[in-house]
Amino acid sequence: MTPDQIIFLFCAALIVSSALMVVTTRNLVHAALWLVAALFGVAILYGLLQASFLALVQVVVYIGAIAILFIFAVMLTRREMRDKGPQINQNWVISALLALLTFAGLAYILSSWDGFSRTAKALPAGVDPLMVLGKALVSPDAFVLPFEVASILLLAALVGAVYIATSSKE
Amino acid sequence: MSIPLSWYLILSAALFSIGLFGVLARKNAVAILLGIELMLNAVNINLVAFWRYGTGSIAGQVFAIIVFAVAAAEVAVGLALIISVYRRRSTVIADDLDLLKW
Repeated sequence: MTPDQIIFLFCAALIVSSALMVVTTRNLVHAALWLVAALFGVAILYGLLQASFLALVQVVVYIGAIAILFIFAVMLTRREMRDKGPQINQNWVISALLALLTFAGLAYILSSWDGFSRTAKALPAGVDPLMVLGKALVSPDAFVLPFEVASILLLAALVGAVYIATSSKE
Repeated sequence: MSIPLSWYLILSAALFSIGLFGVLARKNAVAILLGIELMLNAVNINLVAFWRYGTGSIAGQVFAIIVFAVAAAEVAVGLALIISVYRRRSTVIADDLDLLKW
């Protein structure tokens, strides 16, 4: 067991247990807070994978914006759903079976791939991955088109969200 | 870096399945969106792990960033829809929103 593996196992336990709490806990505010814990575990994993920029973006965008948006939405809509009645529907047994089947299928397909247990090579020295990423995002022969499409998408989502959520009292 | 790629892949498959269960089984529409977030995070773990264990292309990180943007857009529009529905029909239970059924 190397320190990396211990950190990974700790993070994996944190992510899986928080994710299970997200989908099973009755109180939705608690579910949103468990989501924050799971997202934080994923951020640590990005750090472990040496994707430091993504770890930062995960904390800022996911935890800072998305999770807080969830908590606001829960507080704006939870009057009668509070803790009354079951929070999962009648089909939950089928859903659980389907989820288990998905996991088993994914694990089976992945384990039959010959690159399944490869280990990482050290990142090439002298090359900053963040600089490569920044150049790739704005270079015309790399990913400038997906980048611009993403910004149009964000603009459309912004306009759409404001339009939909505005109360329509004429 | 002595962690084999398989650990990341299995973890992200587990996270994806948990999110799938949340999407299928929860009643509350906000909780369904929480499940979708878990699934998107599982995809992101895969993308970044393949970048790190792959052959030097940066595409994995680029698409992880695009998934961030898509997730933010999806949550903003989804929660706006839920709040709008709640304002008109006073419910966020997905089973009760059967206006499109006939």
